[in-house]
Amino acid sequence: MSQQNIDIQRAALAGIALPLSSPLSVTHAKAGTPERKGTGGAEVNAVGLTKGYAGRRVLHDTDLHIAPGEFIAIVGRSGCGKSTLLRLLAGLEPADAGQITLDGEAQSAHQSDIRIMFQDARLLPWKRVLDNVALGLTGPDVKERAREALAQVGLADRAKEWPAVLSGGQRQRVALARALVHTPRLLLLDEPLGALDALTRIEMHRLIERLWLRHGFTALLVTHDVSEAVALADRVVLIEDHRIALDERVLLPRPRHRGQGFAAYEERILDRVLQQPEGLSVPPEDTLELHPAHLVRWAI
Amino acid sequence: MANSTGSNSAVKRFVAHAQVQRVLPWLFPIFVLAIWQLSSQAGWLSTRVLPEPWAVLKAFWSLTVSGEIWTHVATSTWRAAAGFAIGGGLGLLLGLLTGTFRPAEMLLDSSLQMIRNIPALALIPLVILWFGIDESAKLFLVALGVFFPIYLNTFHGIRSVDKGLIEMARSYGLSGWRLYTQVILPGATASILVGVRFSLGLTWVLLIVAETISAQAGIGYMTMNAREFLQTDVVLVGILLYALLGKLADLLAKGLERWWLRWHPGYQVAAKV
Repeated sequence: MSQQNIDIQRAALAGIALPLSSPLSVTHAKAGTPERKGTGGAEVNAVGLTKGYAGRRVLHDTDLHIAPGEFIAIVGRSGCGKSTLLRLLAGLEPADAGQITLDGEAQSAHQSDIRIMFQDARLLPWKRVLDNVALGLTGPDVKERAREALAQVGLADRAKEWPAVLSGGQRQRVALARALVHTPRLLLLDEPLGALDALTRIEMHRLIERLWLRHGFTALLVTHDVSEAVALADRVVLIEDHRIALDERVLLPRPRHRGQGFAAYEERILDRVLQQPEGLSVPPEDTLELHPAHLVRWAI
Repeated sequence: MANSTGSNSAVKRFVAHAQVQRVLPWLFPIFVLAIWQLSSQAGWLSTRVLPEPWAVLKAFWSLTVSGEIWTHVATSTWRAAAGFAIGGGLGLLLGLLTGTFRPAEMLLDSSLQMIRNIPALALIPLVILWFGIDESAKLFLVALGVFFPIYLNTFHGIRSVDKGLIEMARSYGLSGWRLYTQVILPGATASILVGVRFSLGLTWVLLIVAETISAQAGIGYMTMNAREFLQTDVVLVGILLYALLGKLADLLAKGLERWWLRWHPGYQVAAKV
């Protein structure tokens, strides 16, 4: 999606009055991408990324460009390398080859601009919720900032609790607050909603979208749920056979509802994912269960 | 059949009653005491073998009134505490060292594992040769026995801290001392405390042996002295004192667990009651 479109949607959702010159209807035309100054999002550029573990190739010569403030979703079968891509972008692991830049500079210089939300919330069980959010913060008003971030995810009243008493969804909200309190310019989400029930997940989608619109960070979501990808992302990227096999723009207005256009995107991407013959890049334990196709929504 | 399940549930309901639950653990000891008292009074038990509970209680009282018992208890408690502090402190320190730094593990761990297999009490002859029958011999024995449980559990605790949490903390900018104090050390606390509880139990066992070898004061000295004068009741007082002090030490360790691990779901049930 063009930068302009993102701006318009964001402004519309955030209830900001648009300049009269801006077209109010969301156009699907690809406009030029002017560099936005002063926004929170980082521009990410990955070139020729290659990574293997113990001789087994996971990613091969993968390029990925993410515009500032863009929300991108990576989908693919289990073991396709989507989480590996995220770990490389996060700097958790070094790439075997290739380079990653943030705003044109080496990613290692921007470690503090990158924050990750993990699949499991990874809260420190021995710190109270507020202290978990304040983890790694420095400065005089640490508690205040943590409390504010906690309020943004709607958990201000749970500040003094131990993480052990929270539900799975609440823990992920705390993890989200912990990431946001650092005002990241790139937020990496590693299947953070995978373990949550369907209703909690929809709530989390709304929350993540709202906070993304408000803060303007660049977001990269790794997910196995195509419908989640379509619900949130500007672009859905499919990784297959160690490289990017599909890069689809989702040109639906936000907030997205599961209507006609939504289903079309979902079906197209899912069809593309399933098209690949079974067993090429899939480890044996991940074989698909056989369900009638219309029942499967995110079975990868 | 129906009848038996009916009476079964009646028993269950009776046992579930709060007051019954409070009384139940005491029933058996009281029963044993009663049998003991009766058999002594009836003359089935010689006072040389086992004096009646009442006589033990009287001996305890006279020792308390004379103040003799307090010097012994104080001496023994001091030895236990000092030995525990030295051995436990070293165990903690070395466990942290080998757990944190691989080179330290390679250098020390296999040697320590070898020494661990020698029972502390097997060293008594050597300890007497080295330290004589002095105070330091007792401290050495206690410290040596206490060292290993704490060392092993600290090492294991540090090594088994959730790697995911460490990775998360690093990606949130924590490193060095902050990472250590906020993530690694708290993550190892549960395991370290298991070592502490185990060691506290060992402390008293080792102290009893050390004090019966040779001492001028302490509970062990008191019982050995009483044995020479055939004061079986005083011997029993000494044994009961060990039991009591051991129980107190365990309560202390439990209290520490409840405080340090209050975040842990396994320890929160007790806090809510």
